[in-house]
Amino acid sequence: MSVEVITIILVLITFAIYTGIGWWSRVRDTSNFYVAGQNVPTLANGAAIAADWMSAASFISMAGLVAFLGYDGTIYLMGWTGGYVLLALLLAPYLRKFGKFTVPDFIGDRFYSNSARAVAAIATIFISLTYISGQMRGVGIVFSRYLQVDIIVGVLIGMAIVGFFALLGGMKGVTWTQAIQYFVIIIAFLIPAVAISLQLTGNPVPQLALTTSDIVDRLGQIQIDLGMTEYMAPFTDLSLINVFMVTLALMAGTAGLPHVIVRFYTVKSVRAARWSAVWAIIFIGLLYLTAPAVGAFAKYNLIDTIADKPIEEVQSIDWVNKWETTGLLQLEDRNGDGMVDFSGGEDNEVIIDGDIIVLSTPEVANLSPFIIALVAAGGLAAALSTASGLLITMTSAVSHDIYYRIFNKEASEAQRLRVGRITLLIALLIAAYVGINPPGFAGEVVALAFGLGAASLFPVILLGIFDKRMNKEGAIAGIITGLAFTLIMIGAILSESIFGTDGPLLNSFFGINAQGVGVIGMILNLIVSFIVSRLTPAPPAEIQQLIENVRAPEDDDAEKAVSNG
Amino acid sequence: MNKTLNEKQRWYWKKNIRLIASLLVVWAIVGFGGAILFAEPLNDVQFLNVSLSFWLAHQGSILVFILLILIYALRMDKLDKKYKSMVKDGDVN
Repeated sequence: MSVEVITIILVLITFAIYTGIGWWSRVRDTSNFYVAGQNVPTLANGAAIAADWMSAASFISMAGLVAFLGYDGTIYLMGWTGGYVLLALLLAPYLRKFGKFTVPDFIGDRFYSNSARAVAAIATIFISLTYISGQMRGVGIVFSRYLQVDIIVGVLIGMAIVGFFALLGGMKGVTWTQAIQYFVIIIAFLIPAVAISLQLTGNPVPQLALTTSDIVDRLGQIQIDLGMTEYMAPFTDLSLINVFMVTLALMAGTAGLPHVIVRFYTVKSVRAARWSAVWAIIFIGLLYLTAPAVGAFAKYNLIDTIADKPIEEVQSIDWVNKWETTGLLQLEDRNGDGMVDFSGGEDNEVIIDGDIIVLSTPEVANLSPFIIALVAAGGLAAALSTASGLLITMTSAVSHDIYYRIFNKEASEAQRLRVGRITLLIALLIAAYVGINPPGFAGEVVALAFGLGAASLFPVILLGIFDKRMNKEGAIAGIITGLAFTLIMIGAILSESIFGTDGPLLNSFFGINAQGVGVIGMILNLIVSFIVSRLTPAPPAEIQQLIENVRAPEDDDAEKAVSNG
Repeated sequence: MNKTLNEKQRWYWKKNIRLIASLLVVWAIVGFGGAILFAEPLNDVQFLNVSLSFWLAHQGSILVFILLILIYALRMDKLDKKYKSMVKDGDVN
């Protein structure tokens, strides 16, 4: 059987499982639709958080990014895990204790203001939409490469599946599907990692082989010989200040992403929220501890396979051929010597998109077609699980926060569910459109999503919990300052690709690039909201009472309910 | 519930804050200290077959993050239990 046939079969089987779960867990009320009836066991919730969080970027792109950034790839490795420490310690338990449906719910109630609620809802919608476009690109890559179908068809199939079980099952269906998807993702990531690790180092544990074998050393040596930067040396691709700022921005941004935060509303108790975070970081960590090994091994293998080999020999390799047709790998014998020159300098003849590192690993390492198909199914699971979480989050921001809480407080359960499903359909169509016509600046848009999360939602929720004196005036002034500063800075630094100006309007903000500038927005947000809140009246007594309640230990009744979960 | 936190609840909150603060200090020292600010000096320190700062930047810090979240959940479980036995013994609430 060819790789394509096995891939189609495997993808069909996994899709059938996801659809079956969507049907099994269909829901009829809003509480199940938004927060799964707050009844999800911690282990399943942890796996669902992990699948929700690990998107096409984590599965497909990250090991490739690390492979090309070397040491400085830590911005993603630490940035996308360290945020969970902030989330687990500073936000999750209190948001669960507060116990409503959404992030704008907390911000609107805590700051007794519908304007604050609306701003938070709009930020939620914007962040989720930008994220979805990245997922759809991942779906497109997998479909076009492995199923040899048109990207448009691939995106439409993916959207139909996501839409089907999200409409039917709401958050409950999504949560259970995601829990299953986590296991597809991690198995698909680990099997090729173990295989390539065995092949290169003889050690079946890739996470350990990274440090115990000499591959990193050898890779560093080859890179120096080829005129690239040293793999193990820090700050060769990014300056120290940028590594620092981008890591912090990705961490605070992670903690401020509404589709991740809302996961902690779906469990039974505060204690369950804390343990969900433990399971989530263990599940996520398993992939993130493997990714740097996959990155280093795959890069070593890739260089070893194509560098300084006759170009005809290289182009006759099956996977090289197939990736060349997608345009993600380009070989050109520019100096006409018949050899592939792969280097960091002028004479480089290889252009390689980092996104193919993970997807091509099993082929480069000559693994069986079944494993290649498994990786394709894993990539799809990663993209689809994140897309469905984002869809639910966007839907709740529109139908719950904006429609029900602001415009129609009398809306019945059935009406709200109907508005929710209509919103979901519209969001689905927008996502499909973005997937088929991705904006030319998709990468920049993701930086924007994290920057805005770090500069707006994260500091506001933080102050809402830990600063009792924080009031409506302070919070709104803070969000506006943080958002405006970050938007203007990212717009100015990336003006070339966003607005099409000749060259960037601003090179950097005192040496900080667009990905890291959200940290400055966050600091401005904190300072401005502190000062403004101290110059304006304290929040009303019932709000101070609300904060006390959020801080107090869980009552005994809720505790009893957890002990069997 | 009372208008403001009672003495035992305040004690609980203070304990919680102290725990969070100490765990975040470790988070900052390992993640931003070891892997970034002191990356260059620690790059000369060997850890197995790689440098110490490279290992921290690519794997070590992630292991520490997992541990921090685990320790928080365990310690808070213990604190919850302690608080409950205090409430049972005392006459508060």
